[in-house]
Amino acid sequence: MNVTVLLFASLSDRAGLRRIELDYQPGDTVRSVCDRLMDAYPALRSFRPSLLYAVNEEYVRPGDSVPPGATLALIPPVSGG
Amino acid sequence: MLIRVTSEPLDTAEAVAHVASPEAGAVNVFLGVVRDNNLGRRVDHLVYEAYDAMAEKVMREIAEEARERFGLLGCAVLHRTGRLEIGETSLLIAISSGHRAESFEGGHWLVNEIKKRVPVWKKEVWEDGEEWIEGPESLGKSQATAGQAGQ
Repeated sequence: MNVTVLLFASLSDRAGLRRIELDYQPGDTVRSVCDRLMDAYPALRSFRPSLLYAVNEEYVRPGDSVPPGATLALIPPVSGG
Repeated sequence: MLIRVTSEPLDTAEAVAHVASPEAGAVNVFLGVVRDNNLGRRVDHLVYEAYDAMAEKVMREIAEEARERFGLLGCAVLHRTGRLEIGETSLLIAISSGHRAESFEGGHWLVNEIKKRVPVWKKEVWEDGEEWIEGPESLGKSQATAGQAGQ
């Protein structure tokens, strides 16, 4: 089972990707998935302090769990309107 | 409620018609439009990107909250994505209410919450470069970013 990570705006520019599939690991949280993502894409590390997170389209906290098959979105500071 | 994230031009008449109500004494319309300058810099055009599905969900939550909080009768919130030229509408809000006070207050509150919470990003494109604007457009932040970009 995978976890799908979505990137937007400056993050997707930096990674050169909009979507990344990672292996699910039992007990995964937003934090643990991000740790693995940043290991694979170190260029994204500097963005981490400013990010918000959404799991399956709902804002969540870094300690919240990420179920198998979930979509985790990394949300840089928004600027709509 | 009319909630939409779309790459098509936004239609004010459609939104106004949607919020029409015989009980309404006020209809308030807000258009966020693309400006040709930001913080002293000439803007050629903007590119908006959204996390479409979540953006619509969050816009709906905000609209429902506004309806309860200000007793609104009708509410339409539309955000455009993709490339927008100067003068085009990026955000369209139309609300109706019994009296004008709640439509002004509700409209102001809606714009602020949308700018704070909806996962949408804009990229400014200048003649000589471009940059994602991330976070509140405070002078300090943009100057700092412009400085970094220039290094």
